[in-house]
Amino acid sequence: MKALPDAAVVIGASVGAIEALMILLPALPASYPLPVFVVVHIPPDKKSTLAELFAQRCSIAVKEAEDKESIRGGVVYFAPADYHLLVESDFTLSLSNEEPVLFSRPAIDVLFQSAADAYGNTLTGVVLTGGSTDGAAGLRSIIDAGGKGLVQSPDSAEGTTMPRAALAHCPEARPFPLQEIAALLKSLPATLSS
Amino acid sequence: MKSTAAEIEAVELQLLLTAIHEKSRYDFRDYSPASLKRRLLQAKDHFRCASLSELQHRVLHDPGLIPRLLPYLTVQVSELFRDPSYFLTLRRDVLPHLRTYPSLKVWVAGCSSGEELYSMAILFREEGLESRTIFYATDINTEALQKAEAGIYEIDRLALFSENYRRAGGKASLSDYYTAAYGRAKFDQTLKKQTVFSDHSLVSDSVFAEAHLVSCRNVLIYFNRSLQDRAVGLFKDSLVRRGFLGIGAKENLRFSGHADAFMEFNRLERIYQKL
Repeated sequence: MKALPDAAVVIGASVGAIEALMILLPALPASYPLPVFVVVHIPPDKKSTLAELFAQRCSIAVKEAEDKESIRGGVVYFAPADYHLLVESDFTLSLSNEEPVLFSRPAIDVLFQSAADAYGNTLTGVVLTGGSTDGAAGLRSIIDAGGKGLVQSPDSAEGTTMPRAALAHCPEARPFPLQEIAALLKSLPATLSS
Repeated sequence: MKSTAAEIEAVELQLLLTAIHEKSRYDFRDYSPASLKRRLLQAKDHFRCASLSELQHRVLHDPGLIPRLLPYLTVQVSELFRDPSYFLTLRRDVLPHLRTYPSLKVWVAGCSSGEELYSMAILFREEGLESRTIFYATDINTEALQKAEAGIYEIDRLALFSENYRRAGGKASLSDYYTAAYGRAKFDQTLKKQTVFSDHSLVSDSVFAEAHLVSCRNVLIYFNRSLQDRAVGLFKDSLVRRGFLGIGAKENLRFSGHADAFMEFNRLERIYQKL
C-alpha cells in the first residue's frame, strides 16, 4: 500500500445522488488510501450539507473541498454549492466561479477534466444517476488520458439520462449496479499497487 | 501518471502565459492553472487555433489579440448583492464600526463589471454613509471597468438582483435605483459620484490607497497560493488598523502568510478585521 502511486476517484451524480452515494461511500474503509472527489448537482442557493450528512455515515473522512488545500488520501471531498471544483496538477484543489456548464455549477465535466489532467491513467471516474448529460465529456477525457470509467447501469438508476449519455460517449466504460461499483472501488488500491 | 497530452498542454499553457506577459502588462503566470487552462482552451476554439501553441504564436505576432483574450483570462461572473448574507452582515455589524470615522475609503478590488460596487454604493447610501465615503473600484480589465462605470445590466438579471437586495436587508425597492429601457437596466448615475474607477493589478501594482474596508470577492480563488499571499499582503498594507476585509464565501486566508495580521470578525461570511 505504501508504494501506491498518486491515484484518485472522481464521482458525479445528480437526481437520486444521495441514495446512490449512500451505497458507495459508506462502503469505503477509514484506511482507504485514495482521495475521492464528488460533484453532486445542487441548487446554488442551498447551503450544501452533503459533507455533514455523509460524514455521519461513513468511516472514511468526509469534508467540503476548500480552495488551495492539499489533497490527502482517505478523504472524500464534496464540491461546495455554486462553485466548480478543480484538481490542480500539483495535487491541490481550486474552486471557481466561472459560468455553469450544462446549467450546473458545480459541474461534473469540470472536475473530471481537471482530474484527468492531474492523474492520467491512475484516475477512476464514476458517473451515477442523473437527468442531464453532464459527466459524459468528462468521462471521455478520463479515458482518453488512460484512466478508467465506471457507470451506474441505467436500469438501476433513478435518473437514466446521465449514465446513458456517459455510456454513449464512452463505449469503453462499463455499466455496473451500485453494489458492484462499491466493490470495485474498494479493491481499486490493490489493483493499482500490483 | 499524467498523460503525454496533458503534460504537453501544461507546457503550452505556460509558454502562452509567458508570451502574454512579454507582449503586454498582464501577468497570469501565478493564476490557478486548471481553471485558466479550461478558459484558454475555449479561447483557442473561439480564435480557431488548433492548439494553445498556435494561440501563443498569434499572441506573439499580433499582440492586439491580447485585449480580446482578457474575457477568457479573467472571470466576470457576478451579481448585485451576491451572497445576500454577506451584505446583510456588512450592514448590521460592520457599518456601525465604520460610522465612527469622519471619512471613509472603500476598496472594491477586482470589481469586474461593477455589480459589487453598486451593491456597496446602495448599502452606504441607505445607511447614510455615502457622502463621507470614497469608493475605489479597481480591475485589470479596462473593458470591464467601462462596463462598471456605465452601470448597465441585462434586464433579465434584475429579478435575481432584486431578490438578493431584499435578502440583504434592502430598505427600499431595487427598482428605485435603476431605470429600465430597451431590455436593459441602467443604474442611477449618482450612485457612482463618490467612486474612482481605476486600472489596478493585484499581481504587479502596489498599494494605492488607505482603506477602511476592502471587499475582494471570488478573485483570490483564481490565484495560486503565492499570488493569494501577495494580494492579501496588499490588502493588509492598505487597511487602517481595525479596518475590515471581506472575501468570497469559499475563500480563506489560511494559505496566506498574512493570516496572523487579521482576526475573524465573522467567520461564516469571511469578514476579517485587521489587528
